[in-house]
Amino acid sequence: MAVKKFVVACFDEEDVLFKAVKQVRKAGYKLHDVYTPMPIHGLDTAMGLRDTSLHTAGFVYGITGTTIALSSISWIFTKDWPLNIGGKPHLALPAWIPITFEFTVLMAAVGMVLTFCYLCQLAPFVKKHHFHLRATDDKFVMVIECNGKTNDAEVSSFLSAAGGTEVNIQHAETGWWLGTYDKEQKLIADKTETVTA
Amino acid sequence: MASKYESLVRAPLVDGTKTYHQVTEDIVRPIEAPPTRSWWIGFIISVILLLFGVYSIYREVTYGVGQWNLNKTIGWGWDITNFVWWVGIGHAGTLISAILLLFRQGWRTGVNRAAEAMTIFAVMCAGQFPIWHMGRVWMAFFVLPYPNTRGPLWVNFNSPLLWDVFAISTYFTVSLLFWYSGLIPDLATIRDRAKLKWRKKMYGVLSFGWTGSTKHWQRHESLSLVLAGLSTPLVLSVHTIVSFDFATSVIPGWHTTIFPPYFVAGAIFSGFAMVQTLLLVTRKVLKLEDYITMEHIEVMNKVIVLTGSIVGIAYLTELFISWYGANKYENWAFFQNRLNLLSPYGWSYWLMMGCNVISPQIFWFRKMRRNIVVTFFMSVIVNIGMWFERFVIIVTSIYRDYIPSSWATYYRPTIWEVGFYLGTFGLFFTCYFLFSKFFPVIAIAEIKHILKKSGESYKQKAVAVEAKDTDEYFHETQHAHH
Repeated sequence: MAVKKFVVACFDEEDVLFKAVKQVRKAGYKLHDVYTPMPIHGLDTAMGLRDTSLHTAGFVYGITGTTIALSSISWIFTKDWPLNIGGKPHLALPAWIPITFEFTVLMAAVGMVLTFCYLCQLAPFVKKHHFHLRATDDKFVMVIECNGKTNDAEVSSFLSAAGGTEVNIQHAETGWWLGTYDKEQKLIADKTETVTA
Repeated sequence: MASKYESLVRAPLVDGTKTYHQVTEDIVRPIEAPPTRSWWIGFIISVILLLFGVYSIYREVTYGVGQWNLNKTIGWGWDITNFVWWVGIGHAGTLISAILLLFRQGWRTGVNRAAEAMTIFAVMCAGQFPIWHMGRVWMAFFVLPYPNTRGPLWVNFNSPLLWDVFAISTYFTVSLLFWYSGLIPDLATIRDRAKLKWRKKMYGVLSFGWTGSTKHWQRHESLSLVLAGLSTPLVLSVHTIVSFDFATSVIPGWHTTIFPPYFVAGAIFSGFAMVQTLLLVTRKVLKLEDYITMEHIEVMNKVIVLTGSIVGIAYLTELFISWYGANKYENWAFFQNRLNLLSPYGWSYWLMMGCNVISPQIFWFRKMRRNIVVTFFMSVIVNIGMWFERFVIIVTSIYRDYIPSSWATYYRPTIWEVGFYLGTFGLFFTCYFLFSKFFPVIAIAEIKHILKKSGESYKQKAVAVEAKDTDEYFHETQHAHH
């Protein structure tokens, strides 16, 4: 990961935010992300994000669970340790439905949560750059990524015109690093790369 | 207003004039304030109960299950009664968080977080009973199927008791994941407001580095929806499987096909009662009346009267089927051991009937549903009744079975059996007190999500919309989009 330069703007109203997102995309700026305190329906489509396939992953984990449960129980009860229970068939499928079902749900849920954490890079002791502290409170924080050719003064005034407040420029690490939130940490990357605003 | 139009017929879900920031303030305030005197008193009492429970278990492990008054034929007594009771209580949390999410019931947002926490703590308490009831608890891992050097010796996959192991552990894990994944964004909210160093550190670690990115929210929504979809059949399966512990046996009084739906309805019934008990106190103490409104209380009382009546029908159906089936042992179990008030345990059957079927009927009256004192009183009564339901099912079915010579002496618990039960109350409330002190008891992000749709101050804007005719409204909204 690398330290990049961003133009940051805050929005207070969903309506204004949606319009600004539309304008930013039309103007061709690179929309890095929008940070919001709660899920805002339709914002992902407005930003042009593709749909998540997390639920597909959940389905795959689920059928994996079904397969593991059914195949292990049938192997155990027919081959490895056939137990005569009142002369009933060894392959007692109906009696295995509860465990198979529970294991399916368990695998799907655990697998999905782990995948979710992996995709979003969430874990204890993971630290990231936060563009605005009130992005988890009441502000919608739009972040535009700058490249060599971007005129950040132009982007800033563009965002102000679109209704953004507290427009500012930040140099930030895009990835995560290990750390806690009680101390300011200088990253290794910070030392090597000194960018002037 | 970005939100959708919602009919004025529905009462607002959030009272008062709130902004997003105000919502954060209201819910996080109790976390940031030092614990109150009443919090300390409640917490200390809970810890004392918990310690008494630990000592009771210590006695049971050291001296054996003989510390309890279980006898032959009463092999299951208070322990399994308490187990089923606690598992049942857990069910309301999942019902609120999962089933009501799928049904798009907006009111769940005010109460889901606390209800889910209650589920997790209740399942933790429930799990204690079968584990310690094993007697030689150091062998507890024998219930897990894994390749071993004892044979190969496997567990019995055909046994409902093993299904229970899978059901309860899955239920606990999935509920925990569901609850915690919902908590992550709210913990990040607390982290980003924190002034104190330890708080920044603690909530920083707990919130997993959540930023609020749109992509992350998109995945979060997908995760919640699928977990809700998984939890819905899961919660129904859990109490179904618990009921199989009884229903698949050939004990008169247990051998009943009605058990699965009847247990599930009873579980939701008792769970909602426990949610009421907890939330009525929580909303008052933490001053959250704007979020857990009278509407929430009323709608939960409606669920209570509905599920209580389902349970009532199940009781009557059982009696009818036992009469209609004309099996003399079955008849004896139902009409002699239970229905007959003068039989040794007849009192417990009628206590159950009174608490579960008759008394909740007062919730047919709106005035009663909206009365906090009545609701609180009823929530306790319902849980007493539901405890006795499990006691009646378990004990009255086994204390006098086929042969009169094996009829047991009157079973009453020892102090250590009672102590174990009180200990789980200690565990439950210790957890709940810690939860309400350190975690947001209301889902902050979810409340913000519905605020502009169902908040009182935003709904007032809909008055003007209500007055318009359809064409006019359509024309305006169409216009606004271009």
